[in-house]
Amino acid sequence: MATTAEGFDAHGIGHKDHGHDSRDHADHKPGFFARWFMSTNHKDIGTMYLIFAVIAGIVGGAISGIMRVELAEPGIQYLQWWAQFMGGANDINTALHMWNVFITAHGLIMVFFMVMPAMIGGFGNWFVPLMIGAPDMAFPRMNNVSFWLTVAGFFSLLFSLFVTGGTGPGAGTGWTVYAPLSTSGSVGPAVDFAIFSLHLAGAGSILGATNFITTIFNMRAPGMTLHKMPLFVWSVLVTAFLLLLALPVLAAAITMLLTDRNFGTTFFNAAGGGDPVLYQHLFWFFGHPEVYIMILPGFGMISQIIATFSKKPVFGYLGMAYAMVAIGVVGFIVWAHHMYTVGLDVNTKMYFTAATMVIAVPTGVKIFSWIATMWGGSLSFKSPMVWSMGFIFLFTVGGVTGVVLANGGIDDNLHDTYYVVAHFHYVLSMGAVFSMFAGFYYWFPKMSGRMHSELLSHIHFWTFFVGVNVIFFPQHFLGMQGMPRRYPDYAEAFTFWHQVSTYGYYIMAGSMIFFFVNIAYALLAGKKAAANPWGEGATTLEWTLPSPPPYHQFETLPVITDAHDYHDHRPVTA
Amino acid sequence: MGQNTRMKKVILSAVAASLAAFAPLGLAAQDAAAPAAIATQAGQVEGAQTAPGAEAGAGNLTPAEASVAPAGEGAYAPMAPTKGKGMPTSYEDGALQSMTFQDQYSENGKYAQWMHDAILMPVITAISLLVLGLLLYVVFRFNRRRNPVASRTTHNTAIEVIWTIVPVIILVIIAVPSITLLARQYETPPADAVTIKATGYQWYWGYNYPDHGDFEVISNMLDEGEAVRRGEPGQLAVDNRMVVPAGVPLRIQTTASDVIHAFAVPSLWFKMDAVPGRLNEKLLTIPEPGVYYGQCSELCGARHAYMPIAVEALPPAEFAAWVREQGGAMPGEDAAPADAAAAAQPATDTAAAASAAAG
Repeated sequence: MATTAEGFDAHGIGHKDHGHDSRDHADHKPGFFARWFMSTNHKDIGTMYLIFAVIAGIVGGAISGIMRVELAEPGIQYLQWWAQFMGGANDINTALHMWNVFITAHGLIMVFFMVMPAMIGGFGNWFVPLMIGAPDMAFPRMNNVSFWLTVAGFFSLLFSLFVTGGTGPGAGTGWTVYAPLSTSGSVGPAVDFAIFSLHLAGAGSILGATNFITTIFNMRAPGMTLHKMPLFVWSVLVTAFLLLLALPVLAAAITMLLTDRNFGTTFFNAAGGGDPVLYQHLFWFFGHPEVYIMILPGFGMISQIIATFSKKPVFGYLGMAYAMVAIGVVGFIVWAHHMYTVGLDVNTKMYFTAATMVIAVPTGVKIFSWIATMWGGSLSFKSPMVWSMGFIFLFTVGGVTGVVLANGGIDDNLHDTYYVVAHFHYVLSMGAVFSMFAGFYYWFPKMSGRMHSELLSHIHFWTFFVGVNVIFFPQHFLGMQGMPRRYPDYAEAFTFWHQVSTYGYYIMAGSMIFFFVNIAYALLAGKKAAANPWGEGATTLEWTLPSPPPYHQFETLPVITDAHDYHDHRPVTA
Repeated sequence: MGQNTRMKKVILSAVAASLAAFAPLGLAAQDAAAPAAIATQAGQVEGAQTAPGAEAGAGNLTPAEASVAPAGEGAYAPMAPTKGKGMPTSYEDGALQSMTFQDQYSENGKYAQWMHDAILMPVITAISLLVLGLLLYVVFRFNRRRNPVASRTTHNTAIEVIWTIVPVIILVIIAVPSITLLARQYETPPADAVTIKATGYQWYWGYNYPDHGDFEVISNMLDEGEAVRRGEPGQLAVDNRMVVPAGVPLRIQTTASDVIHAFAVPSLWFKMDAVPGRLNEKLLTIPEPGVYYGQCSELCGARHAYMPIAVEALPPAEFAAWVREQGGAMPGEDAAPADAAAAAQPATDTAAAASAAAG
């Protein structure tokens, strides 16, 4: 079978120059241990990242279930049980500490061990080389290091649950790890392990980012200029730059936390001339680009999917690409909108209000361009497409509440309330997660060689859509009524909407059954997937390879000619 | 209630204020001065001595309390809260009310709520519905049965310019009242404003009254049963409230002794972090007497959910009586028994504030 994309034969002789069966050569796989533990293959590493992200997602999602069940009623119901289960003392402070451990673990796991590994490590690794016509990533061994550092980081975080972190086992600092709660406020090694977990995951991500940048800049197929790259590759390129510039700042900040904790420095301690607010500036200088790191690859996937199922090239390709660049750049100069109540001066607050609202402009360009891509198209509502359309609407809802929160004066009431929780879950739990499911259903046949059930994917979509909206929409109400976030217990007036939110969680959790059943069905009994199961709209290079692609692809590089218009890399036929 | 005239006035003043907004404004907040840190240290020691721990019900028996009996009227008794005022509303008590902001009782809060309800909410609802409508339209109009052959349109400069410029215009429209609101929130407190310093401790609040003899009120959450017995909302009620004069400019300062806390009262649209080693400051005026509940709003450890805030705004004369009961004194008087003249000082403030509000 061909290892080279059909129709992209550079030399007119292609794979036919191999006297023997070229598939054997291209598909020669190492033994089990060498293949999965010493992997240098971008597709295998991508698969491992995806499996890892699913496992981490189950853990993080289970923790959110514990939290939603606890919040179904006012009062403390189950935390004491959990505190004892984790080996803590049987008193109320330990129980309450468990709550903080749960919110911390949920946040860190979902950000660093679910969304980032799935989007960048998983889909990025799998499809960036395929889409640019490269045989693999630029640094295959470094790619392997990136993955195992991420795994090690996850284990460091899990380990922190079993050592003391002040008032009980585990790190109860929130995913933001604010000093001085994370320094003098949390005695014991748990916070050190949580911080070390971020070091490991961060180092893995920095290595991955350099790998992607090098790959995209140097290994594009002949003729594929930057302005002919698929938008998913653009999105990963911008994301990689954000990672490269933001993560070292986080690494510095949390290293200072470690030295404050263990070596008597006072970077964030006012008594020694430091400043707790400095930590927040450093953290959010990383933290705000981080939220775009989590959503930009999703933007890229949505662009591919919408174009595919509209049977149209994406609308305003250059605008779409540079909107992502603009979002990335502006994302670095808005960080203090996470700190509106910390005591900023008025001019600073006015600046950050204005700068934050600017981000709505390129985001709006993207939303409208996706709709314009569909406009005039011939839409087929396959599973990736319905998830993408769900993404567009829910991301818009999350985006407009972001415009509300951008106003520093309005934020004085909403800051650190459930309104913020609702906002960022709309852009992440519905934005990022919907795009990941869209990407998963889009590329699952390519990755596995098997077709999933469209029926189950649609049921999964609708139940998930209802579930997450029932969870998070009422949280806007709670936030406006003044319910603070990170509370295990609340005034009775908040009960009703908390109950509704918890019912939503049950719906969402139930819908995940359809997801897992679907994967099992596809792997065990799914129909074999064609090279291009999605038809003429799927124009990027990965669809020119068999499903699944051979172990090594593009031994002969495909050639992209000027005849290919923006974002439509089909060879001109006839 | 003359909503239209008020809105018109607000818009006019918004435009005017936005012009002035970028002028350098004197700003007192965020002066992390060394004296502040020292004051915090002192407060910490004092707090450590007087803090009754997390147990509810133990009062703040400041040494002078017993000796100074208010002359004339009866002793201070905590004001009974009004249902739905200064506290969240349950779905059962008001479905719509439970889905929006608490009623606002400060001028800035009313302005902010107006901005949210009259500008932000319509804009974001319209945008969301527009996107939803467009999605539904393409689903029905451009599905592959009705439109089997896709167009190849990938560019339209005019529409791309429009969907860039129109959001910019919308954002500028939002920015005008937003900047105005910020400018108002950062007005410098007048020199004679009543200073109250809220200090966050793990896990209770201390309120210092430096203008009134610098006594400190330690405020712990009441347990649920006790709160209900007193007719107050559980989780929000405290043993000793932060008592302030109504209608008088207050200079609220926040700091913390251990980790970061946040002093927040939703019905006053007020939230300010309490950061150890820093002294944040902001103007707050509460026009009408009442009890306004709030909660700590920055993760501060295990009992983060159990250090609520209750602000009780009293008519100035009653506030003065309360101050004396705490062993403090009104400005310009020694810690002496109250008389009619003492109450005149805040009363003047009230009159000034009232005329300012009217004008």
